[in-house]
Amino acid sequence: MSQVTFRIYRFETGKDASPRYQEYKLALQEGDTLLNCLNTIRDTQDGTLAYRMSCGSAICGSCAMRANGHALLACKTQASSLVKNGVIQLDPLGNFPVIRDLVVDLEPFWASLRKVSPWLQPNLADEPVRERLQTPAQFHLIDDVTTCILCASCWSDCNVLEVDKKFLGPATLAKAHRFIFDTRDAKGQERMERIAEPNGVWDCTHCGECSTRCPTETKPLARIEETREAVMKAGITNSPGARHALGFRESMRWFGALNENYLPIRSMGFFNIPGILGVMPVGIRMMLKRKAPPILPHWIDKVGEVRRIFKRFHELRKNNGGTGAKTDGDD
Amino acid sequence: MLSHDVVIVGSGLAGLRAALEVVGHLDVAVITKVYPSRSHSGAAQGGVAAAMANVDGDSTDAHIYDTVKGADFIGDQDAIEIMCNDAPHVIVDMERLGCPFSRTGENKIAQRAFGGHSFKRSCYSADRTGHALLHTLFEQSMKKGGKLQFYNEYYLMRLIVEENICRGVVAMDMKTGKLEVFHAKSVMFGTGGYGRAYKITSNAYANTGDGISAAYRAGVPLQDMEFVQFHPTGLYQHGLLLSEAARGEGGYILNGNNERFMANYAPSKLELAPRDIVSRSEQTEIIQGRGAGPKKDYVLLDLRHLGKEKILERLPQIYHIAKDFIGVDALEKPVPIQPTAHYSMGGIPADNDCQVVANERGDLVKGFFAAGECSCISVHGANRLGTNSLLEALVFGTRAGKKILEKTTEAKWAPVNESREISAARREIDQILHNKGTESLAAIREELQTTMTDKVGVYRGKDDMEAAHEKIRELQDRFRNVKVDNKKSVFNTNLTEALELGHMLEYSELIVAGAQTRQESRGAHARNDFPDRDDKEWMKHTMAFRTDDGGYELKYRPVRVTRFQPEERKY
Repeated sequence: MSQVTFRIYRFETGKDASPRYQEYKLALQEGDTLLNCLNTIRDTQDGTLAYRMSCGSAICGSCAMRANGHALLACKTQASSLVKNGVIQLDPLGNFPVIRDLVVDLEPFWASLRKVSPWLQPNLADEPVRERLQTPAQFHLIDDVTTCILCASCWSDCNVLEVDKKFLGPATLAKAHRFIFDTRDAKGQERMERIAEPNGVWDCTHCGECSTRCPTETKPLARIEETREAVMKAGITNSPGARHALGFRESMRWFGALNENYLPIRSMGFFNIPGILGVMPVGIRMMLKRKAPPILPHWIDKVGEVRRIFKRFHELRKNNGGTGAKTDGDD
Repeated sequence: MLSHDVVIVGSGLAGLRAALEVVGHLDVAVITKVYPSRSHSGAAQGGVAAAMANVDGDSTDAHIYDTVKGADFIGDQDAIEIMCNDAPHVIVDMERLGCPFSRTGENKIAQRAFGGHSFKRSCYSADRTGHALLHTLFEQSMKKGGKLQFYNEYYLMRLIVEENICRGVVAMDMKTGKLEVFHAKSVMFGTGGYGRAYKITSNAYANTGDGISAAYRAGVPLQDMEFVQFHPTGLYQHGLLLSEAARGEGGYILNGNNERFMANYAPSKLELAPRDIVSRSEQTEIIQGRGAGPKKDYVLLDLRHLGKEKILERLPQIYHIAKDFIGVDALEKPVPIQPTAHYSMGGIPADNDCQVVANERGDLVKGFFAAGECSCISVHGANRLGTNSLLEALVFGTRAGKKILEKTTEAKWAPVNESREISAARREIDQILHNKGTESLAAIREELQTTMTDKVGVYRGKDDMEAAHEKIRELQDRFRNVKVDNKKSVFNTNLTEALELGHMLEYSELIVAGAQTRQESRGAHARNDFPDRDDKEWMKHTMAFRTDDGGYELKYRPVRVTRFQPEERKY
C-alpha cells in the first residue's frame, strides 16, 4: 500500500531545549491501526521513540495522543484515515508538560480529578443487606458517563484549559456528573455547589472539542450541559456562571437581543462592588477602542415576538411537568 | 531506600482490593508499571460470577460444581468453595462502593448466562464489567487520599527474598530511570498474567508476566504454567477480545458453511460450552477445512439475529471493536474470529489466604502474597470459566488484604542490603544496554510469540513442543546480545520492553516444559498424542523450580479434592 511519512514530535525533558519533528517513512498495510504503525517504526527504525500503550483495545486509554492536531486513541484509529498529503503528524496530548516524545506528565489531570471527591457517598443510614436497588432507567442515567476511560483526550483539546489551567476540565466534570446523577449518592447538592463555583461547570465555553475527541460515550459536553441544568434546578444560582446564564435569558426576553452592558453586571451580581470594579478595566479598554456597546439599552423592533416565544415555552414546560430549570425570578 | 509496611505490586482488581483492606491500619504503597485505571482488569468485559439468584434459582453449590467441572477436576476444591461462597458478598460490597451494574426489571443487579455456568450467574455492567469494577476501586483509592501511596509507572526489577523471608522489591521509576529499593514487611503481587507470550492474544501489551518470573527468579516455584486459556472469540488476526457475553446473549458461532458446528461438539450447551471446548471445536473446524474466508483460517461470530437494540445496549463494546478495528458492522455481517490466548491459569502458587507457597510440601514464603491472575491458588485448574476471573481477583484480593493485615501487624523488619540489591538490578540493565547488540529485540519477541501460538497453542503435538522448546532456548541465547537503541534514562520503553522480553523467554520455557511432561489432555491442555485425561497419573499440580545453573526442575503436588470426585466432562 501507500508510503506514508510519519512526522513525530521528539523531545526529552532535561536534555532538549526545544522539541523537534522527526520523519519516518512507512508503507501502510491494509487495516493498520495507528498503534501498529508506531510499533513498526519503533521495532524496525527507531527504538528510542517513546509513547504509552497497554490494552490495545480502546479500554485503558494509555495510547491517547494527537494526530494532525487532534487527540485520539492510536489503538482504535485506522492509520489510513489520518493521511493528509502523504503525511501523518503526531504530537503528545495538549495542555500537559511533555516528559519524552509522545509521553506527557498526566499529574495535572489526576490532580483535577481528585478535586471533585470522585467516589460514591451514599446514605449509610438506609443501607440494605443486599445490593441497593436501582431501576434500569436510573442506571441508564450514568450508563454513558461511566464509559469514561480517563484517557485525557478531552483535556488535551479543551480550549478553556489552554488559557486557564485552573479549569476542572471535561473529564473531571463528567466524573462529577457521574455521582450527581447516581441515585445511590447522597451528596448531590454538595457536589453541585462545588462545581458551580468558578473554574467549574460554568467555565466551559461549549466549543464541543471534548465530545468530538472523546473515544467513548462519555461525551463530556453533553454531561456538562446536563449538570448545568441540574444545578439550576437545584436552585444553585448564586454564582457568576449561573447569573450569566440567567442574565443572558433576561436580556433576550427584555431587549430581544444581548445587552452587553447589563450582562457583566448581572453576572457579577448587582451588589458585588469588587466584582463589578474587576470587570471595569475591560469596559474602559473597550470604550477606548470604540468597541463598547451603546450605553442606552436598545430594544429590537419585534421584541413582542421574542417575549411571546418565552411565554409559549413557559406554558409548554408547565404542561410537561416542569422539566425546565427552576430559578429565582422565574419567567 | 523507600520503606512501607506493605508494598503491593500491581494496581488491578486484586492489588487495589487488597490495598483497601490494609490502608488506614498500616502504611501501604501500590507500585504499578501503568496507572491504576489502566490495569488490565479493566479490559474484562462480560461479567463477574456470583450465585445471587437474581434472575433464576441459582445456588452456591451449583457454582462450586460448575467451577470444579470447568477446571477439569484439577482445581483445588477447598479454594473453589471459598471463592463461590464469598461471591455474593463481594458483589454486594462492590455495589456499595459504587460500581454501576446493569439492572433487572426488579431493580436488582442483572445477571446473564455464560459458558460452563448452569445458571444465569454473570453480574454485569453492559459489556465493560471489569472497567466498571476497576474504576470503582480506583475511586475508592482516591478517597483514601495520601494514606494510600501510589508509585505509578514504576517498573518492577526484582523481588527480594532471602532465607525464605520476603523483604521488599526493587523497582525503576520510568520517568527518571532511577532504581529504588522498597523495603517492606509484606509484599503482595497482583501483577497479572502471561498471555503476551503468544502472538494471537487478547492481552494488553503490559501483560508480560513480569511478576511471575520475578518471583521465579527469587526462588519461588511456579505452578501449572502449561495451562493457558484460549478464548474462542478473539478478533481475527488481532486477537482482541470479543466478550463471551456475545454468546451469553445468544450469539452463534458459524463455520465457513454457515453451520452452527457446536452442535457436533457440545450438543446440550452449544456455544455456551466452556472456553477450552469451544476453542478446540473452532480449531478442529479450521484444521478440517471448514473455516471461513479466503484462507479458511477463521470462523464467524454471528450476532445479527439479536437485533440492533440488544447489540447496542448489551454489547456496545463488541460492536465498536469490530467496527473500528476491522471495519465489520456486526449488525449487518458476522464477525471473523479465532481462538486467542486469553488467561493464565498457572502462576505463583499460594494458599487459600494468598500466602505464597515455597515448595511441593506447602511451606510458605514469609511475607509474600499473591492474588489474581498472577497467582495459582488454584481455583481455575486446567480451564477457567468465564466471569470467574474478576470474581477471583475480588475474593482473593480481599482475603490477601485481611491476611496481610494480620501477618504484617505482628511482623518484624527483616534487613535489606540496599547497595547490593541496586547493583544487582543495575547489572541486569547494563547487560541489556551494553552487550554486542547483534540481535533484534522485535525479531526475538516475534519469533517467541509465533512459536508459542503455532506450537504450544490450542492443540499440542509432541514434535511441535520439542521444536518450540529448542527455539526458546535458542532465543534465550540470542537475547544475551539483544540490541537496545535507547541508552537513556527518561521513559526508556526500549529498555523496559527488553526486560519484559527477558521475563517472557524465562517462563515460556516452563509453559512448554510443563506441557511436554504432562502426558494427558485436560482442560486447556490438549495433546494430540495423549487425547484423554489420565486421573490416575495426572491429578496433580506441576511445580517448576529454578535451579542454580538457571535451568528448571519439575516437581508435583496433589490436588485438594473435597466433595467432587473426577468424572467424565460432558456438556
